[in-house]
Amino acid sequence: MTADVDLRERARRGLKLDPSLTCRILEAFIRDEIGKFGIQRAVVALSGGIDSAVSCALAARAFGPERVLAVLMPYRTSNPASREDAETLVDQLGIPSTLIEISAAVDGLLGELDHDLSPLRRGNIMARARMIALYDQSEEFGGLAVGTSNKTELLLGYGTQFGDMASAVNPIGDLYKTQVRSVAAALGVPRAIREKAPSADLWAGQSDEEELGFDYERADQALYLLIDEMYAAADLIADGFEADLVHELQRRVVRSQFKRRLPLIAKLSNRTIDRDFRYPRDWGR
Amino acid sequence: MALAQIRPALGDLEHNLALHLDYIDRAAAASADIVIFPEQSLTGYFLSDLVPDVALHRDDPRLDSLREASRKIDVIFGFVEETSDHRFLPAAGYLHDGEFVHVHHKVYLVTYGLFDEARDLAGGGAVRAFDTRFGRQAMLICEDLWHPTTASIVAADGADVIYGLSSSPGRGVAGGTHELGSAETWRAINRLYAQLHVCYVVHCNRVGFEDGVNFWGGSEVIAPDGELLARAPEFEEALVVTTLADAPLRRQRTRLPLRRDEDVALNGREFARIAARRHWQDDG
Repeated sequence: MTADVDLRERARRGLKLDPSLTCRILEAFIRDEIGKFGIQRAVVALSGGIDSAVSCALAARAFGPERVLAVLMPYRTSNPASREDAETLVDQLGIPSTLIEISAAVDGLLGELDHDLSPLRRGNIMARARMIALYDQSEEFGGLAVGTSNKTELLLGYGTQFGDMASAVNPIGDLYKTQVRSVAAALGVPRAIREKAPSADLWAGQSDEEELGFDYERADQALYLLIDEMYAAADLIADGFEADLVHELQRRVVRSQFKRRLPLIAKLSNRTIDRDFRYPRDWGR
Repeated sequence: MALAQIRPALGDLEHNLALHLDYIDRAAAASADIVIFPEQSLTGYFLSDLVPDVALHRDDPRLDSLREASRKIDVIFGFVEETSDHRFLPAAGYLHDGEFVHVHHKVYLVTYGLFDEARDLAGGGAVRAFDTRFGRQAMLICEDLWHPTTASIVAADGADVIYGLSSSPGRGVAGGTHELGSAETWRAINRLYAQLHVCYVVHCNRVGFEDGVNFWGGSEVIAPDGELLARAPEFEEALVVTTLADAPLRRQRTRLPLRRDEDVALNGREFARIAARRHWQDDG
């Protein structure tokens, strides 16, 4: 069967969310799911990018600004503008913040490793160093870590497992990157943060879209149709989506499935954790 | 009557019982004669392996306080019932004067998408209206109402009020309607049943979160002419009180005698024929 509707238009409509309804649910999500553990505080790794800005702003709405700690963790090659953007948001939200330089820790580890580490390995080490500092601040501040990975990144595996993907609760994991932008606007996130090119900021000038080889708008439309609407790749291609893009997205989703699941456990007993021992995380709460 | 739009704790019977008693007191104080709670109001919804820990026999002494409370006000609540042969069924109980007047077991378990009920629960095998001191009524649970036949059966069986108990997850924030997708669908269902079966529809949905899933609330009461009589807010706990009366039923059934004209015997014959053919096809 060939596609009988304009899929690109369908995707545009499907991705266009109601920002105020969305924010209402996400604020309540943070308050409720963290509150169940007797905690009314949060910590967020604030990079200066749009995703962490949205998570931070939502947490500030959920608990009040004084109960959210922004943790800024630049590396020496991070773009200085990122830190400025993060500080602008901290001032705007009126939340406490702390600056933890990860350069010494990362360089210490790098010194113990090969001289010629690939950007991927360096990036992973930085992401995991930030995770260590964030979880330390979680303990110190008495707040849970609020995640900053969006649905596009999670589906594509464009993140570091046990690094930037680590959190206690993630309010934006079901929002595509382009949807994060509309939520950010509704939350009053500064224009500079909303309009700059998305970057993992492992080195100055890095760009997500250059690295991925496609822009988020096209990727989100295709992912929305494949994942949310369950169209077949052939439907998208018949409707004018580039075959290479659709196949690359599908390949990435499949290849990164492991990152979205807990480590596999070798089954031996009759009741194996998460296989046939299945309890909700909110057990008794 | 009163809608108790509560936020139960997942797997914590004691907490939820206290919550029920509090809402029952408040409903009674507001002069309600009957109070309705959502699906699995006593247990929470996404139970998985917690099912056997929270399932109750109908005569379990832990239900005594609820039975006692039903001496002052009728209570409709959701729980998981354990049968004598140890099956666990999602149930809606109607308590009056310390006794169960009726128990409905969810007929259509949901096992698709984010739902996995058939792994942990057994489905019921009957859809009945029953008599109460306020006339003939029926209870259906969430997915039951997504099968229009269940509402048709209880309407044909004489229900003047259809009580729907739900734990409906909120989803669908896109599409440009400024309404949650699940809310939009439920409102259409409730209104359609009220109008076409010419009866009251009372839908009680819960609020709160379980494992990241939100329940959107928005409990409502629809009159036989489709008019919205009362609606609870979305996402917040609430007790909403309204009045159901016989006069609007009589008036609407006079104007629109759909019930009178419903050919139950025809339905029976045709469904029996289709069921027999399906059975034969399944046998190969």
